[in-house]
Amino acid sequence: MFRVVRKPIDPQELVRYVTDPEAGAIVTFIGTTRNNNEGRKVIALDYEAYPEMAEKELARLGAEAKAKWNIRRMAIVHRIGPVQITEPSVIIAVSAAHRDDAFQACRFAIEEIKKTVPIWKKEVFEGGEVWIGTQSGQPLNR
Amino acid sequence: MKVQIKFFAILRERVGAGEIVKEVKEGCTVRELWRALQEDYPKLAAAETRLLYAVNRDYVNADHVLKERDEVVFVPPVSGG
Repeated sequence: MFRVVRKPIDPQELVRYVTDPEAGAIVTFIGTTRNNNEGRKVIALDYEAYPEMAEKELARLGAEAKAKWNIRRMAIVHRIGPVQITEPSVIIAVSAAHRDDAFQACRFAIEEIKKTVPIWKKEVFEGGEVWIGTQSGQPLNR
Repeated sequence: MKVQIKFFAILRERVGAGEIVKEVKEGCTVRELWRALQEDYPKLAAAETRLLYAVNRDYVNADHVLKERDEVVFVPPVSGG
């Protein structure tokens, strides 16, 4: 399951999806919106994606994880649109026979998402907003 | 020939549109298209560094030669997660 969605993500749905009788471990990662960043008071993160390619890239890195580690099933769901403080923006779930493979594959997935998947976040903070990861680096006044 | 260009995030804001269609010459590369777009949209000039390029939803390099009706995306640094 590799999806980009507009509504809140339910962690249980991903856990159910990767549940497997041959798995002895399920590892999950939940990325959430933090209320501060580099001294700024964050109000929300507003995510945008190139959805067709983002889902394709998520599936590609899932296949890569499967080739590297002995895992059973993997699910990654990334939310787009505004994500409020404490809400999940991305959830990864991986099942494996043994925990080591599940932990490593999960770690790999979140690091790769931050490098190659065409999803962008705009930080909306008190006093302005800024695209994170962009070359501009300068907060734009609202 | 015509190609379709989609803009996201900071590039979408600078262009003021999410999607355009542009007439280019046969044999036009991704790099040449980017240069032409910078003339059409001077605000793109400041966004040059660290772009990735995607054609028909696959990453390509800047020398990639475009074909009729290709879907081209200039990918600013990603920040998912």
